[in-house]
Amino acid sequence: MTETRKIEMTVNGVRHQLEIETRVTLADCLRHHLGLTGTHLGCEHGVCGACTILVDGQAARSCLMLAVQADGAAIATVEGLAGDDGTLHPLQQAFHDNHGLQCGFCTPGMLMTLVEFLESNPDPSETEVREALSGNLCRCTGYQGIVAAALDAAQRMRAQAVGLS
Amino acid sequence: MTESFIGARIGRFEDRALLTGQGQYLDDIHMAGMLEMAFVRSPHPHALIRGIDAGKALALPGVHAVYSHADLAAVLTADRIPQDKGGAKFPDTTWPVVLPKDETCFVGEPVAAVVAESRYIAEDAAALVEVDYEPLQPAADCRDAAAPGAPKVHLEAKDNIVAEIRADYGDCTAAFAAADHVFAISLKQHRGAAHSIEGRGIIASYSAVGDEMTVWASVQTPHKLRNGLMELFGVDESGVRVIVPDVGGAFGGKNVIYPEDVMVAVAARLLERPVKWVEDRREHFLAAVQERDQYWDLEIACDGEGRIQGVRGKIIHDQGAYTMMGLHTPHNSAIAVPGPYVVPNYRIDVVVTETNKVGCVPIRGAGYPEACFAMERLLDEIARGLDLDRAEVRRRNLIPADQMPYEHPMKTREGTPTIYDTGDFPACQVQALETADYAGFATRQARARSEGRYLGIGVSNMVKVTGRGPFESGVVRVGRSGRVSIYTGAMEMGQGTKTSLAQICAEHLGVPPGEITVVAGDTGAVLHGIGGYGSRQTVTGGSSVHLAAIEVRDKALKVAAHTLEVSERDLELKDGEARVKGAPELSMSLADIAKALSGAKGYSLPKEVTPWLQSCVNFRPPDVTYANAAHVVEVEVDIGTGGVRILRYVMANDSGRLINPTLAEGQLVGGTVHGIGNTLFEWMGYDENAQPVTTTLADYLLPTAAEVPNFEIIHVEHPSTLNPLGVKGIGEAGTVPVAGAVISAIEHALEPFGVRIAEAPISPGRLIELIAAGKQGS
Amino acid sequence: MKPPPFHYHDPRSLDQALALLASRDNAKLLAGGQSLMPMLNMRFAQPDDIIDLNRIEELSFVRHTEGGRIEIGAMTRQRELADAAVIHDRCPLMCEALRHVGHRATRNRGTIGGSLCHLDPAAELPVVAMALDATVHVQSRRGARTLAMAEFPAFYMTPAIEPDEIVTKISFEPWPAGHGAAFVEFARRHGDFAVVAVAVLLELGGDGAIHRASVVLGGVGPGPLRCAAVEAAVTGSRGGSAFQEAAATCGEIDAMEDVHASSAYRRHLAEVLTHRALDTAFTRAGGERAS
Repeated sequence: MTETRKIEMTVNGVRHQLEIETRVTLADCLRHHLGLTGTHLGCEHGVCGACTILVDGQAARSCLMLAVQADGAAIATVEGLAGDDGTLHPLQQAFHDNHGLQCGFCTPGMLMTLVEFLESNPDPSETEVREALSGNLCRCTGYQGIVAAALDAAQRMRAQAVGLS
Repeated sequence: MTESFIGARIGRFEDRALLTGQGQYLDDIHMAGMLEMAFVRSPHPHALIRGIDAGKALALPGVHAVYSHADLAAVLTADRIPQDKGGAKFPDTTWPVVLPKDETCFVGEPVAAVVAESRYIAEDAAALVEVDYEPLQPAADCRDAAAPGAPKVHLEAKDNIVAEIRADYGDCTAAFAAADHVFAISLKQHRGAAHSIEGRGIIASYSAVGDEMTVWASVQTPHKLRNGLMELFGVDESGVRVIVPDVGGAFGGKNVIYPEDVMVAVAARLLERPVKWVEDRREHFLAAVQERDQYWDLEIACDGEGRIQGVRGKIIHDQGAYTMMGLHTPHNSAIAVPGPYVVPNYRIDVVVTETNKVGCVPIRGAGYPEACFAMERLLDEIARGLDLDRAEVRRRNLIPADQMPYEHPMKTREGTPTIYDTGDFPACQVQALETADYAGFATRQARARSEGRYLGIGVSNMVKVTGRGPFESGVVRVGRSGRVSIYTGAMEMGQGTKTSLAQICAEHLGVPPGEITVVAGDTGAVLHGIGGYGSRQTVTGGSSVHLAAIEVRDKALKVAAHTLEVSERDLELKDGEARVKGAPELSMSLADIAKALSGAKGYSLPKEVTPWLQSCVNFRPPDVTYANAAHVVEVEVDIGTGGVRILRYVMANDSGRLINPTLAEGQLVGGTVHGIGNTLFEWMGYDENAQPVTTTLADYLLPTAAEVPNFEIIHVEHPSTLNPLGVKGIGEAGTVPVAGAVISAIEHALEPFGVRIAEAPISPGRLIELIAAGKQGS
Repeated sequence: MKPPPFHYHDPRSLDQALALLASRDNAKLLAGGQSLMPMLNMRFAQPDDIIDLNRIEELSFVRHTEGGRIEIGAMTRQRELADAAVIHDRCPLMCEALRHVGHRATRNRGTIGGSLCHLDPAAELPVVAMALDATVHVQSRRGARTLAMAEFPAFYMTPAIEPDEIVTKISFEPWPAGHGAAFVEFARRHGDFAVVAVAVLLELGGDGAIHRASVVLGGVGPGPLRCAAVEAAVTGSRGGSAFQEAAATCGEIDAMEDVHASSAYRRHLAEVLTHRALDTAFTRAGGERAS
């Protein structure tokens, strides 16, 4: 029994139309059907957070959604964070500058979680950052560099926002 | 004076791809015609396999094959997985099988492999394979399994004992008889699995043209996998190439050859199509190696001042159903107890016993965390018994700095003398204590107590063997483009190995480290190598690259001096060229030198140089080198819930000379949080029938950002004398002392209730039990 | 860990969903997916049909009725609840509980209906619903009916609804302004399901004594557990030792045991956390401790 559906979604601003088996998760769809392998699968039961993406601007575990549920949605993944000219997003730059990643496997989920978090809380405390990251597991860093990067990025983004206004 | 790259806080060159989603991990690799594998796994801890019916599975559209033990002989020379045995002797029955013939020995053991168009279909089909099991009695608890007459893990085995290890020196009997005080403890220790966020994974592709197998695998030791597959398929080095893509963490879990690895290769060979298998998290829980259980009975003897006279005891070590990688963990536990302390007399006996659970091998720390915890618990016993300050007891027993290098009476795993080459253990502790304001703790504790809060402080010291040989390969090559490349058997699994090696190489070749290509983890690029484990890579691989870069530099200068008709002494390598100091217009580019040495016409070469601008060095350290550390941790225990909060964590760590302090800090913090997981959160549960009961990340708890503090790190740098860089290992250094310090701090906080802790991990529920028992007892 | 094959349906209206549900033997309703999707990925759930409720807009709302009740559509996401002004203003208990529910990424998807129907013994929202004496509204093609939250849990992780029924909303009467609420839990890690959780609502009379109390525990039994003994013991009191004695009645609870916590530990936590929650709620109600 292979049941498929035609769906359409926008990923990082690019419209995709595809026919996909209804049971395929959104994570697998992004990774294996659209070739966007920056979104990673670490547990496939919604705990590790590595597969976190933005669905219509809100963070979600892409292992806990079916691809068909994203029909019509706007998806943002780690591949869309840097500028078209390759300039890193302030979060990406801060992760580099603060040694916020080691093996890099959890990193895309960390970044996408923080994108949403810093939008809603541009000036967080360290405790708030730690709580915001508590749904994303990292086995390498001990989180210190990630927390430092988040706070650093928040500061950069606030400075950027001031510069723009 | 040119800037030094060694010791510089350089940002990692690995980062950009990983931050932008352009990393290439195993599961990111797609190939035309690729099939995917799923496994039929045993639901029983121990059972006979009476038959396997794959009819329904094979009938499912999209399914290409179902393999079981009967299919192996067609392509493999053996049905057990090869490994370097060293001098150790084990019963044949403990040798890991590719697929079991007729007896399965742990829950999750692969019994059959399914190959299909997609992982989805492969899992559908795996559920349709009918296996006729006859359940047998399992051996669950290692203490029971070690006893005579216990149910056997393998029916054909004589018993469940894999090995008995003795570590001893001096005369314990006399020392204990003469001692002023003797204290005894019994400890239960448990460590979980590796749980890299990326699971294991492998792709194999076979070409009948040339009879060549190419394997991509997320492993720590590609050469070991290559060697194993060579042996199994009966080919030589040209027949199998293993390439390691980006690795999403490893921690010991990707350091053995697994049945799944072999089966992917078998399927690729039989089907002549690329085959992929990616471990999912449940498979990691069921079938990836763990470190698991040890039970310790220990005694320590000391004089009236708390100076250790002897340590003796017994360990029962849970080895699991198969010996996947020798006896490293139990052996390390047996010999590592004295650590940084003077222990004049010693004897530990270990019984390594099988159980019907997945095999145990070293996970980050490799038996050292258990040994350190045991020693630190014993020292706390002395402090309590003699009413001494815990840090003072340690100070009295630490090996004094003036005795370095210190020849420890303990023999290494290889039977050679244990020599701590450099370090100042007492000074390390002093620095950690001062930074943590140990002296002011009593005031903080009293103030908190007046508010009804319970604070405690703990200190522990450790020594960790690092830089294990026998060698690591390091090739430094300058191509005809002038591009410098490093090829090594050392591995990048997140540590920043590539950046570190580039820094070491750049130091000598006058090119920015960011412009150096590092190829790590390709058996086609370097014929032999060892890989990433045991805090060894900077010591061994770093030294090889260091020496190779020097040779390349010298050769380049020789050629340039010859061409420019100047003295080598007047030349320097800078910005990709050899130039005359003070007259930079007189220069020869590395590219031209490389061309001259690779057969380009029109160059004249000095007589004594050999062709190629390349050097291959396989640095063989004369001995292992030892990192050491002192950890001090302050905790608060909620006596209502048993919850433990870490208020402050300070470590003074000596890993010799640091190549990149930022990366070193990343290793230390990550390692320490792994230790916190092992101490407060992680528990791989099995029930009394050896059924695993914690098989999701919601049940097996890894620490998150919210549970850990910021760590304060003091770098102490006593360069090793055993390698040209003066470096010592660091990857496991953070993990080893954590349980010792944290448990001591918890016990200290709960002193008013007389709580004594003899186990790790410790859960809030267990603490509440101990508090209740203490209240009753008082 | 990939979902097994199933037929997927995404009805646009409740009627369509009810019709589908009535016509299928082995269907599962997909709400926020934060519990069902892991079960599918692990193949613990193997339905023939998945009926996805995410496109039924009529099931997503938070509103204040004219009768003074608060109604929450079953497909209202936990994130929306936390952001809703009416919840913030009138139901501080739910706000506080929501901070403990998973993580932002799971709250963005997870729904109140999903939480109630999954009925994890340690989940926060069923405890809150019970503490509020919420009414659960269910519907099938056969008609609509309501259940008191107290009757909603049938047994372990199973609500007392028929296979053809869908929970459409919950409703409750908010406690009057000035009441004191506290949601206290102990979880091993931030965002985990509680080992034990307790919800307390207190209302003081003009004399400063408690004249109405609601105390519900999660994580001790198969469903949320109303602690009538605690409620009785605190009613009429002004905190202090009365709370300690009241909380001590939790020692009688027949708490469940699993790999994470013993029965004794859960009982102990119930007592400690109830005491803490009573203290907090009492202070929030403006209560002054009897000395």
